[in-house]
Amino acid sequence: MKTFKLGGVHPEENKLSADKAIEILPLPKVVYVPFSQHLGAPSVPVVDKGDAVKVGQLIAKAQGFISANIHAPVSGKVAKIDSIIDSSGYRKNVIVINTEGDEWDESIDTSTEIKRDILLSAKEIIDKIHEKGIVGMGGATFPTYVKMMVPEGKKAEFLVINGVECEPYLTSDHRLMLEKGEEMLIGVSILMKTLNVEKALIGIESNKMDAINYLTVLAQKFNGISIIPLKVMYPQGGEKQLIKSVINREVPSGKLPIEVGCVVQNVGTAFAVYEAVQKNKPLIERVVTVTGKSLKKPSNFIARIGTPIIELIEYAGGLPEDTGKVISGGPMMGKALNSLEAPVTKGTSGILIMTQKESKRPEQLNCIRCAKCVEVCPMGIEPYLIALYTELGKAEETEKERVMDCIECGSCSYICPSGRYLLDNVRIAKSKVGYIIRNRK
Amino acid sequence: MNQVLIYSVVTLSSLGILAAVILYFIAQKFKVIEDPRIDLIADLLPGANCGGCGYAGCRNLAGEIVKKEDLSGFMCPPGGNDTMKKIAAVLGLEAVETEPLIAVIRCSGSLASAQKKSEYDGVSTCLYAHMLFSGESGCPHGCLGLGDCVVSCQFDAIYIDSETNLPVVSNEKCVACGACVKACPRSIIELRKKGKKDRRIFVSCVNTEKGAVARKNCKVACIGCGKCVKECKFDAITMENNIAYIDFNKCTLCRKCVSECPTDAIHELNFPPKKPKQEVVEQSESNQ
Repeated sequence: MKTFKLGGVHPEENKLSADKAIEILPLPKVVYVPFSQHLGAPSVPVVDKGDAVKVGQLIAKAQGFISANIHAPVSGKVAKIDSIIDSSGYRKNVIVINTEGDEWDESIDTSTEIKRDILLSAKEIIDKIHEKGIVGMGGATFPTYVKMMVPEGKKAEFLVINGVECEPYLTSDHRLMLEKGEEMLIGVSILMKTLNVEKALIGIESNKMDAINYLTVLAQKFNGISIIPLKVMYPQGGEKQLIKSVINREVPSGKLPIEVGCVVQNVGTAFAVYEAVQKNKPLIERVVTVTGKSLKKPSNFIARIGTPIIELIEYAGGLPEDTGKVISGGPMMGKALNSLEAPVTKGTSGILIMTQKESKRPEQLNCIRCAKCVEVCPMGIEPYLIALYTELGKAEETEKERVMDCIECGSCSYICPSGRYLLDNVRIAKSKVGYIIRNRK
Repeated sequence: MNQVLIYSVVTLSSLGILAAVILYFIAQKFKVIEDPRIDLIADLLPGANCGGCGYAGCRNLAGEIVKKEDLSGFMCPPGGNDTMKKIAAVLGLEAVETEPLIAVIRCSGSLASAQKKSEYDGVSTCLYAHMLFSGESGCPHGCLGLGDCVVSCQFDAIYIDSETNLPVVSNEKCVACGACVKACPRSIIELRKKGKKDRRIFVSCVNTEKGAVARKNCKVACIGCGKCVKECKFDAITMENNIAYIDFNKCTLCRKCVSECPTDAIHELNFPPKKPKQEVVEQSESNQ
């Protein structure tokens, strides 16, 4: 079975919610919709306090090239435009909507019937994706329409679809592939048409055999889509790692996948594209895994954007007593929340509840020069060296060590037998080097 | 035997003389004529190489002073006016007096007034915590209490009070080199005039959030109500981005704003107890 060659780890999988069907979360009473749920410039609100909105109505408009529209996830009245501590740990501006009923915008097709024929042209599809506020659902939330516009002089040969879900615990993409497989594949066909490519490869790790088997049968009905089973290895869901695994091409340092003729999209994004293009439905809800060893009922929910995270936890059996940390995302790359009022955003793939024992960080011991961090680094950089430079206050030096290549997968911190805070220091270096680079321009 | 000795002595000495001649000419060729006053001034400077003057170390400052032949614009914060006077005497120049400064911590979100809502167990530096989240109290502008300023201080002038979890600056030890100002990722520390008898008045908050939001996280936050601005007769207080700022060049230390502040965000340091109120006001005004 295929996988990438450089580095990687295999943490305990703990896919507790893998066999739990996706449930629709009851509508929240109030939603908090952040202005900024994507990479790039925050959107500008186009509604005011007291305005009545319908589900799917535009409430904040994209500003600038890299930005995304935001639509009302519920129907009701805009209570106020306020700020709330979101999953970034900082207070961010949000539109607060009080839910009243569930009235959808007329233009949205709410039927469950699957629409197979792709009627729109490539240009129209890109406009649709832009208009409906679709962003990368894997977690990085990069506006999808930007990714779909291949720069001049470059040619896309392959569309690579990321169904890897290499993060332990998370199962949202897995369940989506099983339950919305056909819609997702239509989404893939739409993306193929837009990019004008003949081949789409869906990479899925072999711990999801049911999804691999199901999609392989389904894909026979579609032209050019093939399923590639991959060996379980973290961080295979990283764009560059996935390309290496699936078609054995290496993206050069500091370059984008289009350099080797690839465009990578997540399965969640493909499904969102299907809904936007075929059903005219904006990105107003997403699949969120709520999981944790101490949690009573690990589940997969379809939650409206803006639902407070605490509500999801309530429906999954409530917050356990010995909770140490609540993490937005998976255990490897996720971020501990400092407020449970934080809302679900377009990039929230999972909520992980860790017990006090699990979440306790071990005390930092001395580096024993075992070089395990170098061995597991999927980008071929030397985490111990970068961490050392940062501790000595020489973050500038790390630019030469290709610190900006780091994808922050956390494999180095995971493997370190001395429990050193490697990734933490690498992140400091990245932010300092980023600052230097920005000032240079 | 004797001959061997003579040969070796002669060869070695002639080699030595040759090397001396070559070195002499090289030394002549590459001679650097340095102003002897640089050494004199460098000796007068404290030698802490703290960088507070804005130059890379004491000798660098000495060189710049000699080059410019004018003392305006130069100040050695650890040495203070005394050192500058001594340098002026050596160079035969006029000393320019500047008022001594001191680092001031503009946050009073102690454990009691800004209660913890979450707990941080990451790398114990403010820089990293600042990148991650708004802080244990939820105030995105307040002190994180992890002591980057303490580490940056060469003079041992800052420590973290374990009761409040806030840094405290020592009046005697602080030389206003500004290292902590640069180290603080939240720009809480400011260099302000040391003031007569070390008396200082400042707004001990840098939170630019709206009043209600700021107050949610911290009882002693500046809420931007503007009462102090109205009270001040000397136009020393300005209000920008929901935060009051007292200009220490205009402030006469009359203390009227201190009692006006509804959240006790304006701090007074080293003043005598409030009883003889009228007297103090008059005194500080006459000092002007």
